[in-house]
Amino acid sequence: MKDRPSFASEAITAEREASVKLGLLRRSPGLWLTLAIALVVGLYPALTGNVAVREVVFTMLLSVALASSLNILLGYTGYVSFGHVVFFGLGGYVGMFLLSRGMGLWLAAPAGGLASGVLAFLLGKAILRLRGAYFALATIGINEAMRAFINNFAPFGGPTGISLNFQIYTGYGGAGQALWLTYYVLLGLAIVSLVLSYLVKTSKFGLGLMAIREDEDAAEVMGVITPNAKTWAYILSAIIPGIVGALFFFKNGNIEPNDAFRLHFSIEMLVMVMLGGQGTVLGPMLGAAGYQGLRGFLVTSPLFKDVQLAVAGGLLLLIVLFIPAGAVGWLRQHFPRLRALLP
Amino acid sequence: MNLLASLVDGLLIGFVYGIAAMGLTLIWGVMNVINLAHGPLIALGMFGVYLITTALGVNPYIALILVALVGLASGVLIYAVAIQRVINAPHLSTLLATFAINMIIIGLGTKVFSTSPYTIDFSLGSISIGPITILGTRLVAALAAVIVTGSLYLFLYRTRPGKYVRAVANNRAAAELMGIPSSRILALSFGIGTLLAATAGGLIATFFPFTILAGGAYELKSFVIGVLGGLGNPLGALAGGLVLGMLEGVIPAFLPNTWVPVLEFLLFVLILLVRPSGLFGAKR
Amino acid sequence: MILELQQISKSFGGLQALSNISFAVPEGQIMGLLGPNGAGKTTLFNVINGVYAPSQGHVIFRGHDLKGLKPYHIARMGMARTHQIVRPLKDLTVRENVMVGACFGREGHNLAEAAQIADDIMQFVGLAERARQLAGSLNVAQKKRLELARALAARPHLLLLDEVLAGLNPAEIATMVETIRRIRDQGVTIIMIEHVMHATMKLCDQLVVLDYGKQLAAGTPAEVAANPQVIEAYLGDPKLAESLMDDAA
Repeated sequence: MKDRPSFASEAITAEREASVKLGLLRRSPGLWLTLAIALVVGLYPALTGNVAVREVVFTMLLSVALASSLNILLGYTGYVSFGHVVFFGLGGYVGMFLLSRGMGLWLAAPAGGLASGVLAFLLGKAILRLRGAYFALATIGINEAMRAFINNFAPFGGPTGISLNFQIYTGYGGAGQALWLTYYVLLGLAIVSLVLSYLVKTSKFGLGLMAIREDEDAAEVMGVITPNAKTWAYILSAIIPGIVGALFFFKNGNIEPNDAFRLHFSIEMLVMVMLGGQGTVLGPMLGAAGYQGLRGFLVTSPLFKDVQLAVAGGLLLLIVLFIPAGAVGWLRQHFPRLRALLP
Repeated sequence: MNLLASLVDGLLIGFVYGIAAMGLTLIWGVMNVINLAHGPLIALGMFGVYLITTALGVNPYIALILVALVGLASGVLIYAVAIQRVINAPHLSTLLATFAINMIIIGLGTKVFSTSPYTIDFSLGSISIGPITILGTRLVAALAAVIVTGSLYLFLYRTRPGKYVRAVANNRAAAELMGIPSSRILALSFGIGTLLAATAGGLIATFFPFTILAGGAYELKSFVIGVLGGLGNPLGALAGGLVLGMLEGVIPAFLPNTWVPVLEFLLFVLILLVRPSGLFGAKR
Repeated sequence: MILELQQISKSFGGLQALSNISFAVPEGQIMGLLGPNGAGKTTLFNVINGVYAPSQGHVIFRGHDLKGLKPYHIARMGMARTHQIVRPLKDLTVRENVMVGACFGREGHNLAEAAQIADDIMQFVGLAERARQLAGSLNVAQKKRLELARALAARPHLLLLDEVLAGLNPAEIATMVETIRRIRDQGVTIIMIEHVMHATMKLCDQLVVLDYGKQLAAGTPAEVAANPQVIEAYLGDPKLAESLMDDAA
């Protein structure tokens, strides 16, 4: 290669790159399908300019980003993080703290993600030694401890939390513009979370994670450095929720301990991943959108609105009992030919 | 002196925490299921005693016996409907199945009772010993908790079904080989766990106001206590309940009240990490 | 010597599972580990590959003391093993299972290389046509071959085989024996735990016999089969021993 004239080598490289790209397209139609769905749904409110629809899709995209991140730990690695909302909440608090001190969103939101990543790193080595339900319990404990701690933590406003001065939004073109801005950033984050999920799943790192999920001791004997792999999975699953938390509470204008560390929300994330299909790329996206869509319908339907929680619980039970692999998992089991389309 | 009074208060409530946690830890010990419907079941116990007491005008403690029986039956029913099918599935399935039950109870409960607080209009007066004043209802609740614990031990160690429960907890496959109907024993165990939750709720309702959401806090406390005492160890749960009640009584003397949950949950995580078998469990 | 055990002891609480085991395995040989159930054979494997830390003694692998190393360190140094009770990664395909071995074993390949190696090895152990099947759907004999394939994909220097012949029918045993021989011929040193006596006697260059966690005898198959202690404690009946001596000869 080195001896060839440079133009020829460039041409060859370009050709190879093209074929690699084509190859990726051919090899992963499922990824493109997933991203296409996300983009079409995500851009629909922008094209129509409908603010009400935007709010609905905002909630969906938020859930997609969170569920897709959680899936890296839950679906690929097999560790049930019951208190995953702690990363959403901590990111939100760090972001809001910095915003209220005059830092811009472009730094405050990534700082939220960074804080969550660091927390995951610090926690990881300790609690990822626990297996099964013990790990799940520990994550609940950590979320509750964090909630109770922030409740007492004066710099974060204690029980009253942090509120942003309304003036802050003028820096982003006014409140209305700021809402659109957060929407687009969230759309970007949702896409990033899906791509990240796909990259992890199709990587050597991801193969190691799935080996851990199937049989951690066997994975160790085969040479998977399990403590490191698990910690990285935990960190990767924490960063985007941290950024999303900062973004969500920026839009919200204020943050309180009980909103930030709501255990119920954590469990909802698990439900979304389960509904769509844990361990798949497409599943958490469909599960998140489906769950929020269904919830929106139940809350507004005159028939169900008073008992929406009970109806949702009944549906969840039916799915847990009869379709434990989730929608995408079920399709993959029953239609193996579709697997390429359903990553 | 203030400290002594709050310590006694804490200890008394600790007995009740203990039987709430006993329900959770029994179910864990027998079938490895973390029951996320535990809190709502505690709340149902509260409302059960409330309804029977106000509708029939009977003494809350008689109502409590009825509530316990209904609790047992509902537990068996919940097991049959929601748990049996996924009892051997990965943890996530049973966690979500019990959480679904949680959602159903809270959803329907909110519709019926709203989320506003209720109280049972009932008093047993109080006893004063020196500087300490003890509410009669709390004293009776602690006594009731001791009786319940004693009965549970008699049941587990002196009756045939109780021995079956212990056998299934110890090794389900071996118990099945011995001809023990494990499925019925699991259902019974879930029923007893629910009975304990409902009883704890009913006792709490005799001295605290409550809402349909009130069980959540006790569920979290039950997790902490269960881990303190060693998951799957009923007597450890009572001891853990006393420890937690004591901490809640003592900590506020040194720190603002709001720090109590911080310390509780830090302790919880710490024990999971260094002594997952609990403070009172056997060393692994 | 590729592996040396120096006075290995292991106890669990009050139970002495292994006491004072010492032997060495020359490179390129097949070493058989014999002993009745509960003799501590699998425990010894777990000590050798780092699942358990020995209570006393040292494991020296290719000149390195393995003290304090985890199974994944040891795997990456070139030791692979199969499990007596098969442990397939059920929801992954057969091919992915084998790729895990290639990716995280001694040579640490990337996914593309690992796929190539997996294909070769599945061919070698006769699982090629099962490549895309989920590992959980294989039958027992196939799962045993999968265990072997995963271990081989790591390109180990030393291979620990824990009862790969158990539960196989005579035809399957013959194939597996042939496969093991071919692995040795490629330069891989093997330690195998086995209950199928005839096959063991034929295959192994050296034998070590354990009984109640103690090392009862060591030597060539002929020496071991002639050892009166072994005959008494393990082989039991002298006639069987005689026929085994014939196998060994």
